[in-house]
Amino acid sequence: MSRSKTLKAATVGVVLGLAALTACAEDQPAATDDGTGPVTVKATDSSCDLSRRDVKSGTSTFSVSNGGSKVTEFYVYAEGDRVMGEVENIGPGLKRDLIVELPTGKYHAVCKPGMVGDGIRGDLTVAGDAPAQVDEDTLLKQATESYQRYVNSQAVALEQKTTEFVDAVKAGDVAKAKALFPVSRTYWERIEPVAESFGDLDPKIDARVNDVEPGTEWTGYHRIEQALWEKNSTAGMAKYADQLLVDVKTVVAKAKVVKLNPLQLANGAKELLDEVATGKITGEEDRYSHTDLWDFQANVEGSQAAIQALRPALQKRDAALVSALDTNFKAVFAAVDKYREGDGFKPYNVTDAEKKQLGQVVDGLAEPVSKVAAVIAKK
Amino acid sequence: MSDPAERKGISRRGLIGAAGAAVATGVAGYAAHSVLAGEASQAADANGPVEFHGPHQAGIVTAVQDRLHFAAFDVTTTKRDELVALLKEWTAAAALLTAGRDIGQYGAVNGPGEAPPEDTGEAVGLPPARLTLTIGFGPSLFDKRFGLAGKRPAALVDLPHFIGDDLDPNRSGGDIAVQACSDDPQVAVHAIRNLARIGFGRVAVRYSQLGFGRTSSTSRAQTTPRNLFGFKDGTNNLKLEDADKLEQQVWVQPGDGAEWMAGGSYLVARRIRMNIEIWDRTSLGEQETIIGRGKGTGAPLGKADEFDPIDFAAKNADGEAKIPMDSHIRLAHPQFNNGAELLRRGYNFVDGSDGLGRLDAGLFFLAYQRDPRKQFIPVQTQLARTDTLNEYIHHVGSGIFACPGGVTPGSYWGEKLFA
Repeated sequence: MSRSKTLKAATVGVVLGLAALTACAEDQPAATDDGTGPVTVKATDSSCDLSRRDVKSGTSTFSVSNGGSKVTEFYVYAEGDRVMGEVENIGPGLKRDLIVELPTGKYHAVCKPGMVGDGIRGDLTVAGDAPAQVDEDTLLKQATESYQRYVNSQAVALEQKTTEFVDAVKAGDVAKAKALFPVSRTYWERIEPVAESFGDLDPKIDARVNDVEPGTEWTGYHRIEQALWEKNSTAGMAKYADQLLVDVKTVVAKAKVVKLNPLQLANGAKELLDEVATGKITGEEDRYSHTDLWDFQANVEGSQAAIQALRPALQKRDAALVSALDTNFKAVFAAVDKYREGDGFKPYNVTDAEKKQLGQVVDGLAEPVSKVAAVIAKK
Repeated sequence: MSDPAERKGISRRGLIGAAGAAVATGVAGYAAHSVLAGEASQAADANGPVEFHGPHQAGIVTAVQDRLHFAAFDVTTTKRDELVALLKEWTAAAALLTAGRDIGQYGAVNGPGEAPPEDTGEAVGLPPARLTLTIGFGPSLFDKRFGLAGKRPAALVDLPHFIGDDLDPNRSGGDIAVQACSDDPQVAVHAIRNLARIGFGRVAVRYSQLGFGRTSSTSRAQTTPRNLFGFKDGTNNLKLEDADKLEQQVWVQPGDGAEWMAGGSYLVARRIRMNIEIWDRTSLGEQETIIGRGKGTGAPLGKADEFDPIDFAAKNADGEAKIPMDSHIRLAHPQFNNGAELLRRGYNFVDGSDGLGRLDAGLFFLAYQRDPRKQFIPVQTQLARTDTLNEYIHHVGSGIFACPGGVTPGSYWGEKLFA
């Protein structure tokens, strides 16, 4: 947790006209593809088959069904993995729709079984009239809209996964709760600068034991984490679980309607890397579960999402910076990939030399990321 | 030190000549012998001595020197008389050290060849360099070992846990603390080293901290220095010229409780690690709003000069406070802390690197006050809760010490405590 100030000024209360909507559509049969209807996407643990890879510019619908055994995600990426639209948390046997506005251009359609890594990628071509030349102000406006779509999708998944985690804790299912702990936190950590901009909620949800003032009760994820890993028990945790869900729902409701400006995106991207450098590399964040690398990965992914949203504007103003960002994001993901195990990460019980290596790549990335705000602010 | 003659010791600057060494040092010859108890000559000479004796201990309102060596000791003897004997020996040595003299009868190089030198010798040839030595007693000294439990001042509380504290027990606490400040780092180290040596068998060093640059000024004659965040620090610090305020805020008054502390002061020491790498990636504008001052001038935001009065009510065009509500200078200001002030004399430190590719850098915070319960504790409670600076710092060491009043010739450090 932290007490960052960059996003504190974010005004809340404006509902966005979301360009991408996700909808649960479990019972709908797969439409036959006549070239105009929804694109059906058959996702499994090892494949990502689209009924067609050419669509017309404008609004497209992707109907994603998960025939695999792992929870999957579906993304449409523009250049540099800029998220045009995504659906999170598609469980085995489920089907969800992604409705997304796509201008003419080349894209990637990506399934992420297990919700990790680069995913299974294929081309997607959007044809139609050439996109109108947009000015930089429009690009920046699109950047905030794009990032707000991302925040929204993460917030939805955060609530779903936290509900599952809380249910497991209250059912006394220690093993399931332990498995869901880092998964639910992934969505929290991806949008942490936004989530923690809502004042008192961050300490209630994410305080570590030494963040608590004498006389104040310690609540939230880490309170439950301690019981799960130190005592291997959920005894006495029901009330903290209930409170966590209440607090998370409050954050989610606020995050869905948060209105951000481009500078806040840039600063949020930097703050996420600060979080990695101060809390995750040291192993302070998840000191009982040692699931720090999940949080590490999620912070960097969240940082990347904000930067990618700004990418078209950045590309116009400082192409060399974009190139440095791409290189260094890759380096960080490569460094953390070494610790993958199954659908997640090994416990963070690493040597100081290994911590130092991770720290070096994060520092290497944080420097160019810290330069983004000034480029964005330039008129 | 009852015998002024004893205090003459051996002048470091005159030593080589006196010992008949063939090579002159080329030093103009500091007039060490003129500095006897009672002769006020401090601060006139930048390299000169600061008077050790007086109504208050030196090293508190003394214009802050450039360098620090701070040491906390555990008392290892369980015998009260051994502890008292040590304090007497320390006091005698401190009087010599602060005068720029070798300790002992023979000093560093004039003793018998068969004996280890009394003085460790690394300060030979160096001036007094305004060395001050200031002693304080920690809460743990007032347990059952020495029969002092009844003398523990109510103000010498155990500090509470502040939000975010990440204290290393090996860098916290201590039965006795000695603060050595000097304009020459080797002079400060020499003092702590020799006091530690005198103490072997009776005390052991618990932790020690070097500081390489002052982060406060305690005199209007001094410029305001910068901390490792690059900001001027201590602009509004208490200054030695503010005699009335020092009585109100720094010096323990008769009737405050624990009469042996009258004329003394309470020291809070905090090792504050700074995440300087993170700070350095933060925009100038954000750095300034976090602190509440301009980085260049040190002026409060919205003002032009460092010493312009702070207008906390001033608003920007958008209606936001010019000095943000969560800025450091607002939260720490006496106006929002029931008038509580601190005399700060902290130091920058960089203790190498932390093994993770980052400098182990920060601020060794030292603050003197009349009553920590009304000063440091409420101020830090507020800062720990709401200061945005907490993103960039964490407190990793902590100590609180009762520093008694000054030593008069013939008395020793803590004499009134053990009376």
